[in-house]
Amino acid sequence: MAQSLPQKITVPLEVNGEARQVEIRPADTLLYVLRSHLGLTGAKPGCLNGDCGACSVMVNDTVYKSCIMLAVEVAGSKVTTIEGLKDAPIQEAFIKNFAFQCGYCTPGFIMNCQALLKNHPHPTYEVIKEWLASNICRCTCYEEIEAAVMSVMKGERP
Amino acid sequence: MLSADIEYYRPETIQEAVDLFQILKGENKRPIYYSGGTEILTLGRLELAAAGAFIDIKAIKECLSFGFNQSYLIAGAALSLTSIEEKNLFPLLSATSMGIADHTARNKITLGGNLCGKIFYREAVLPFLLCDSWVVAAGGNGVKPIPIGQIFNQTFQLEEGQFIVQLLTERNYIHLPFVSIKRRQQWETGYPLITVASIKADNGLRFAFSGLCPFPFRSKEMEAELNNIGLPVPERVKRALAQIPGPVLHDVEGSSEYRLFVLENTLNEIILELEGE
Repeated sequence: MAQSLPQKITVPLEVNGEARQVEIRPADTLLYVLRSHLGLTGAKPGCLNGDCGACSVMVNDTVYKSCIMLAVEVAGSKVTTIEGLKDAPIQEAFIKNFAFQCGYCTPGFIMNCQALLKNHPHPTYEVIKEWLASNICRCTCYEEIEAAVMSVMKGERP
Repeated sequence: MLSADIEYYRPETIQEAVDLFQILKGENKRPIYYSGGTEILTLGRLELAAAGAFIDIKAIKECLSFGFNQSYLIAGAALSLTSIEEKNLFPLLSATSMGIADHTARNKITLGGNLCGKIFYREAVLPFLLCDSWVVAAGGNGVKPIPIGQIFNQTFQLEEGQFIVQLLTERNYIHLPFVSIKRRQQWETGYPLITVASIKADNGLRFAFSGLCPFPFRSKEMEAELNNIGLPVPERVKRALAQIPGPVLHDVEGSSEYRLFVLENTLNEIILELEGE
């Protein structure tokens, strides 16, 4: 049922397993709401244009760039940010493989890799390359990031 | 984030969406239909596009259809490009849309959003132009299927308040031999120089182009030259280049001369591949 929404609205979000009620403007992006309303600063503002992937989060197991998504669009959905992973194998693999330098892009890359491995537990190299092309690392850690994904795929323990 | 306030609506039926548009327009709220929204949000952030109310069509079940009926493949306008690739019911559409943006962005970009975007590439329209698909549009005059050749001329010529619900493509086009080539000046990601899609139909090869002119197109005049089998392939291609229906783009992705050079080689390659079958 369609409903008219006032300037500020309260929407239900399930973020990292916790039910939250958030008062937002319908024009607010998910990235802005996560950072400014919920204090979850893991998703990073980069280009704010859907290019760099630093703001990537998962919504119902699908990875999205939260700078090009309205928070109101995900009302009632399950949102997972880097804060919700809590020592996932891909996080440990990033450390083991030195898959970051400055670290700014890392949360976005990890969320993308987490979604990749959740949806394709045994991805081909071409699939890995296609997915990782969604994120940009200015420190150019791409080979190490690929190695981190491959190590989780092979079940290597950090 | 958009600096201007908007109202957001998520209708569940086509009629509800159409009615909402009329009501909001009557209230001077500058409504627009919203699907993936990636372009609306990026242009809105830069204040290059303005709307006061978003009518999100992603809860309308017809806009999410993806499957065959007896005669047609039905593709809903609110399907994400990755869902189209993953189900792969229309291999030419999968191959063409896989080159758009990047994988994560394509989780959000929808078929209808790409078709109706302001960006001049809009590659997702190429398969539908090649297959003479039908566009199901909804508006104040009801829901009606329209041949794509009637409603698409550089852009979709939708009436105010009308939106694309679905695209219908005859089953017999779905598995024809095809080629879809996206050429970039360098690297494997980023905006393309040109995209050329082609199918081998009963009456010859069909071609559609994106990134060549400031709009995607299919040209019957170019096809006539490219199918002139009495001439050698390089001559057919040269004659077709003389029929390009608009100015050739000259921008940061490549000069117009370079685009023509790449196009000439690409067309030669496609003809040899499809006529060799």
